[in-house]
Amino acid sequence: MVKEIERFGIPVVHMSTITTISEAVGANRIVPTIAIPYPVGNPNLSEAVELDLRTKLVKRALTALTTEVTEITQF
Amino acid sequence: MKFKAIYYVNQFFGQIGGEDKAGMKPMFKEEAIGPAMGFNTLIKEEGEVVGTIICGDNYFNENKEESMKFIMDIVKKHNPDVLIAGPAFNAGRYGMACAGVGSEVNEELGIPVVTGMYIENPGLDAVNGTAYVVSVPDSAVGMRDALPKMAKLAIKLAKGEEMGKPEVEGYLPQGKRLTVFSDKRGSKRAVEMLIKRFKNEEFKTEMPMPVFDTVEPADAIKDLSKATIALVTSGGIVPTGNPDRIQSASAQKWGKYNVADIDALTGNAYCTIHGGYDPVYANAVPDRVAPLDLLKKNEKDGVIGKVFDYFYTTTGTGTSVGNAITFGKEIGQELKEAGVDGVIVTST
Repeated sequence: MVKEIERFGIPVVHMSTITTISEAVGANRIVPTIAIPYPVGNPNLSEAVELDLRTKLVKRALTALTTEVTEITQF
Repeated sequence: MKFKAIYYVNQFFGQIGGEDKAGMKPMFKEEAIGPAMGFNTLIKEEGEVVGTIICGDNYFNENKEESMKFIMDIVKKHNPDVLIAGPAFNAGRYGMACAGVGSEVNEELGIPVVTGMYIENPGLDAVNGTAYVVSVPDSAVGMRDALPKMAKLAIKLAKGEEMGKPEVEGYLPQGKRLTVFSDKRGSKRAVEMLIKRFKNEEFKTEMPMPVFDTVEPADAIKDLSKATIALVTSGGIVPTGNPDRIQSASAQKWGKYNVADIDALTGNAYCTIHGGYDPVYANAVPDRVAPLDLLKKNEKDGVIGKVFDYFYTTTGTGTSVGNAITFGKEIGQELKEAGVDGVIVTST
């Protein structure tokens, strides 16, 4: 899906835990995430710490979308 | 003397449990468990499964180094003649684990490895010419056919017999080139091939070229504060009740839901129907899979111009590459027409 959407010329950032799969399918902008059942979160943390972690991950994704890349890049 | 085999399986085939046990650390049992039992019967004349390594799919992929340390220690200790992993069918995480175990055991210890995967399993790329991979169907119904093929290869490898070509021995091509002798010289073969092509006859290349399908990275967003960002997930987050009946595995369709007037995907209104991971944490806070809440906050704070009115979703587990391509094209078309400037895709 990532690749086909990007084919329309829209930058896509893939937030995924198994980044090797993400790279294999051809995502150009990748943000590594926490775990398979909770990529953008971590239930083991307190609410405040989890929010901080989640905020950082989303910020990283937005940074990826505003950064020019020429090859597969992890943020 | 019989040859020794060690078997690798995930938590499900290791009969520990389903998704709720996918986080289990690797363990070793000195017996044949799950598919290793059937496999053991198939090789019993010549070999024996001396033990089964069981590891949770999530644990392996999230803690590869620790998992591999445990696994390598076991393999070194028992020094088997062959290692068997899977078959993983079309299970992506299991496929990645089989490939990870297979490539390290083969490269570091020189022990031959046999596994089985569906042709679209993402683990197949990761094998990268190390393990022998038997082509198997996309689901476990293919176990009965897969094991004899894997056993045949394993016996050959364990006994150090010469391995024939992929199409003869029944494994997927490894991308290796072998020197073979031909009774015709190259120029003659090339001309014959060319003539066949002219006549539109069937011909077979002697060196298939790898197919690389990459997409040029799209230009970055210049001004985020004026940009519209869309959220897409393959994590199966849907409105509670799953109104469009999106499949929990092997998805045939995707859904889109209007999120213009909400600030978050709360646990009452949304849930996951994804059949490939433990849903507890996503059901409690669906934003952990698709972070709509934080995108809305960024919109409110003026960091981004707008969150696109619709959020797109489907299930990634077992979904064919063909369907995923179709979904991507359809969703991409809509987003393009709507003037979306950037997309966040989350996967579980």
